[in-house]
Amino acid sequence: MTALLTERNGTAPRSTAPGSPPSARRRRPGRERAFDDVPRWQIYLPLGLYLLFTLVPFYWMLLFAVRPAGSTSLAPWPMTGAHFSKVWNERSFAVFFQNSMIVGVATLVATTLVALAGGYALARFDFRIKGAFMLALLCSQFIPGALMLVPLFEIFRNLQMINSLGSVVIAETVFQLPLSIILISGFIKNVPVSLEEAAWVDGCSRFTAFRTVVLPLLRPGLIAVGSFAFVHSWNHFLFALMFLSEQDKQTIPVGLNTLIGADSVDLGALAAGGVIAAVPVVVVFAFIQKWLITGFSAGAVKG
Amino acid sequence: MAPTAAVATPPPEKSRRRRARPRRLPYLLIAPAGLLMLGFIAYPVLSVFSYSLQHYNVTKPWRNGFAGLDNFRRVFTEDDQFWPTLAFSAQWVFTQVTLQLLLGLALALIVNQTFIGRGISRAMVFSPWAVSGVLTSTIWILLYNSSTGFSRYLADAGIGEYGTSVLSDTGTVFWAATVTELWRGVPFFAILILADLQSVSKELYEAASVDGAGRLRQFFHITLPHLRDAIILATLLRGVWEFNNVDLLYTLTGGGPAGETTTLPLYVANTGIEGHDFGYASALTTVAFVILLFCSIVYLRLSKFGGDRT
Repeated sequence: MTALLTERNGTAPRSTAPGSPPSARRRRPGRERAFDDVPRWQIYLPLGLYLLFTLVPFYWMLLFAVRPAGSTSLAPWPMTGAHFSKVWNERSFAVFFQNSMIVGVATLVATTLVALAGGYALARFDFRIKGAFMLALLCSQFIPGALMLVPLFEIFRNLQMINSLGSVVIAETVFQLPLSIILISGFIKNVPVSLEEAAWVDGCSRFTAFRTVVLPLLRPGLIAVGSFAFVHSWNHFLFALMFLSEQDKQTIPVGLNTLIGADSVDLGALAAGGVIAAVPVVVVFAFIQKWLITGFSAGAVKG
Repeated sequence: MAPTAAVATPPPEKSRRRRARPRRLPYLLIAPAGLLMLGFIAYPVLSVFSYSLQHYNVTKPWRNGFAGLDNFRRVFTEDDQFWPTLAFSAQWVFTQVTLQLLLGLALALIVNQTFIGRGISRAMVFSPWAVSGVLTSTIWILLYNSSTGFSRYLADAGIGEYGTSVLSDTGTVFWAATVTELWRGVPFFAILILADLQSVSKELYEAASVDGAGRLRQFFHITLPHLRDAIILATLLRGVWEFNNVDLLYTLTGGGPAGETTTLPLYVANTGIEGHDFGYASALTTVAFVILLFCSIVYLRLSKFGGDRT
């Protein structure tokens, strides 16, 4: 990001004061004064309240997951792993976890590759159907996935892909693509075309120039787009519910829904299932949340 | 920046080989995305439109066939669930987008300050963004359940009564569901707004504070105008998303109690999936789609998106 900004300033000097690039990272005395006169309590009090609202539900789930059945203690001890071994083995969460991983990783790879190609075309070429393609990408944002279930089901039935994880991967990828292409083309536009041209002059092919010059600069953006795709497909529920009816093909959200819908809800098992569902996305999120802000602020939202 | 113009100009001799097919390359690059979207978005959309003009019910095959506008007549004149579910959808979307925007904006402004523990605070308050609708339902079902949920501990402390479940009471279910959706929805706005805040020129604030403008005036005259387009786009995308998304209500309340929390898409899903009446569900889908498109266009016009900025 910083490299990107410096580069952009290098090629197209702005009318800012000399020697002061408009980087948010730079600390300037004036900035401290403008921002830091906010009284501390006005930050910590609302933030603390909001943190409570965010974290208590997570804690509640953890508490129920490790607390023995029947206990009403508000502290997580004595601790038991009984609920976890129950959902993992008896309720097939081991299988669900594996299926969700396959779907998540396959969607991530497919979305990133297809969106990179499409995004590059939009950012670097003028071609006849470009406007129509952009319009199609934007319009597809208004199409409710939930309402497409019936026709999609018929398509996958005709392709004999019902009860195959491939159907879910395709559906997730397709609905993830428009936003990913828009985001990636924004990121590519931010890389000065002169960098690529320099590589061409040096004798690189278009592909080599892209791989060695542009791709490294796209890292934050690609991390954001890829983790979007993973998190969305990990979380998504309706496609898996509709297209995968055999139990050994189902994913974690469907498994959770089964636990919720059970005649007498076993709260301990439900909480343990919830923790299993949460761990991968929370880990991914912890790694990417810094990239997320830079990824978006690289002009992504404005296209 | 005009990268396309730079590329469109003929390359120097040396790079001829790579530029042998410059006209075909962009089409090759968008082909995978284009074909996937044609097959799995455009085609299903067209079949929804075509089913909407047919009687198509798996359980009543003898009635299947062309129906003309019969399904649409039924939507507007006979269906006593269409208007209530549409009204609930409107109420749901409006409440969610308004509250998520206000809370998300406040949250973004707070974590944009410089303070000790900022990184970890950001990570924690944004984390529900990554949580699915089903998992959110799971968590809040644990909180709301009447025997060991939050209300039990409140009752132990002398507040409220034992055995109350906010999800099965028609008076409380709306707000119970609203709070649940806010929990995972506010971080979305906060992340987008925080990202956009990074590009506000610091010089503007300096100039304003030199001129003696207080923080409130700086917010209304610098921050808010800067965020305008991002806010318009985020509220629109979120509104559409909140309208379409059924994960949370499907698993949290199932549309109940007594249909109290059934949105239009949830009603459509029930009609199509459980009732097997694909023709009628497709007509409902078409109506929902047109309403959504109409509202979006009106919203973009009224908000003057992309218009002159200060």
